[in-house]
Amino acid sequence: MSEASHNGTSKAVVFEDVSLSFDEQVILDGLSFELETGATKVLLGVAGSGKTTILKLTLGLLRPDSGRIFVLDQEVTAMRETELFQLRNRIGMVFQESALFDSLSVEDNVAFRLSEEKVSEAEIHRRVLEALRFVELEHTLKLFPSELSGGMKRRVAIARAMITNPEVLLYDSPTAGLDPVTSTTIVELLVKQRDVYKTSALLVTHRLQDAFTMATHYFNKDKNKMVEVPRGWDWDSKTSFLVLKDGKKFFEGDAGEIANSNNTYIRDYLTL
Amino acid sequence: MAFSLTEYAKGNVLAVQEYSILSWRALANLFSQPRYLGDILQQMDVIGVGSLPIVVLTGFFTGAVLALQSANSLARFGALSFTGQLVSMSMVRELGPVLTSLMVAGRNASGMASELGSMQVTEQIDAMRALGTDPSRKLVTPRLTATMFMLFFLTILSDLVGLAGGSVIALLLLRLDLNQYWTSAWQTLRYSDIFMGLLKPVLFGYIIATVGCFYGMSAKGGTQGVGRATTQAVVAASVLILAVDLFVTRLLMVVLGPL
Repeated sequence: MSEASHNGTSKAVVFEDVSLSFDEQVILDGLSFELETGATKVLLGVAGSGKTTILKLTLGLLRPDSGRIFVLDQEVTAMRETELFQLRNRIGMVFQESALFDSLSVEDNVAFRLSEEKVSEAEIHRRVLEALRFVELEHTLKLFPSELSGGMKRRVAIARAMITNPEVLLYDSPTAGLDPVTSTTIVELLVKQRDVYKTSALLVTHRLQDAFTMATHYFNKDKNKMVEVPRGWDWDSKTSFLVLKDGKKFFEGDAGEIANSNNTYIRDYLTL
Repeated sequence: MAFSLTEYAKGNVLAVQEYSILSWRALANLFSQPRYLGDILQQMDVIGVGSLPIVVLTGFFTGAVLALQSANSLARFGALSFTGQLVSMSMVRELGPVLTSLMVAGRNASGMASELGSMQVTEQIDAMRALGTDPSRKLVTPRLTATMFMLFFLTILSDLVGLAGGSVIALLLLRLDLNQYWTSAWQTLRYSDIFMGLLKPVLFGYIIATVGCFYGMSAKGGTQGVGRATTQAVVAASVLILAVDLFVTRLLMVVLGPL
């Protein structure tokens, strides 16, 4: 079931020749890629190209028709639903529409995982406050999701996903439909998570500027904010790009490679 | 046409399979950790206490109209004094469990389908799975336990209130002796009647909760899908209750022996 060292090096997520179709429609067609531990991979592609599906497959929420998926050295595709719950505790996901539990307060939403693990009340409260402070929303503790704006919901969803310090984070369009200021706040959170906690992440986004911001900025702990990497700095952002087209991997590389690509499809995509 | 018929049949077989898995797992969850006692108690309050008014009202009026109708027939044979017996037998063996279950199905199977359906279409069920919690344990099993447990007691209450409704008619309209009514109602009941009358709500509770949760969990297509799931849950639960009632009644008659 588990393969301790897949391909020798430490990988957070590995897709091996994964295919999936819904009815007659092919979503993924023999997709393979690897996400190294501590790195962030930005998934790009037009709507319906299977980006969200990749995240759901990673969590085992969906099953592929063929191919194998490894997450944290465990083969998700060979595990039963009941076995997956343990593994999912080590992964955090931020859904596109936040998917907060609307009958629970912000506090209970963020505390959900800890309550399930039977952590003491005092400890839960302390960690919920800490997580909400991370996303700068500690004042919303007693509010309900319906009372929050779209951007606040996303930030609560991020707090809920990261409260147990998961080893892998999956972000599904965390900045979609938000104003530039809120988007930047969220991207800053993602950069902070990457650079401070070294969490591996898959990021689905339509906003290219966010993806490039992630690749060109680092989190400065002293200033407690995201800062652009100065020119000439030898610094690895650990952020790479994966472009999907017709269910296949069309391009994979870092920010420089995608920006300088001569491929017409990539150029069109970047200038859209 | 042949293609769509095959697809239709496949879809139905798949639905039955999914329903069977969901209802089996909901029951099997009871025998292993984690159990959600808080959620069970909360559902007991929603399903049991929340259904009290409609169950009491339904029971009362059913018992009353039963007394009125049976008295009309019994009077033709000069057997008006058997009214208590007839109301008691009908309420305890049949109408108490069935009508209570139908009312609870209308109220709670729809509630479960719409609540879980809304959670399904807004990805909250997926979010729960993503957070490492089994929705079948957290959402379905508490509803199943609470419905089976509370329907049992709601039925007892409904039987009693039905008899009381019959007694009001017996006293006020039929001018019967109350003592005679209650004595004959009580004495005619055997253990087999009580057994049948109290086994049914447990089975019907299982149907209501599993059908309600199944339609909720399999809701698709936004708010319209939630509406459809809600309607289907009530219809399917009601029809299943009446169908199962027939078979269970016949089975118990064979097992427990004739009257």
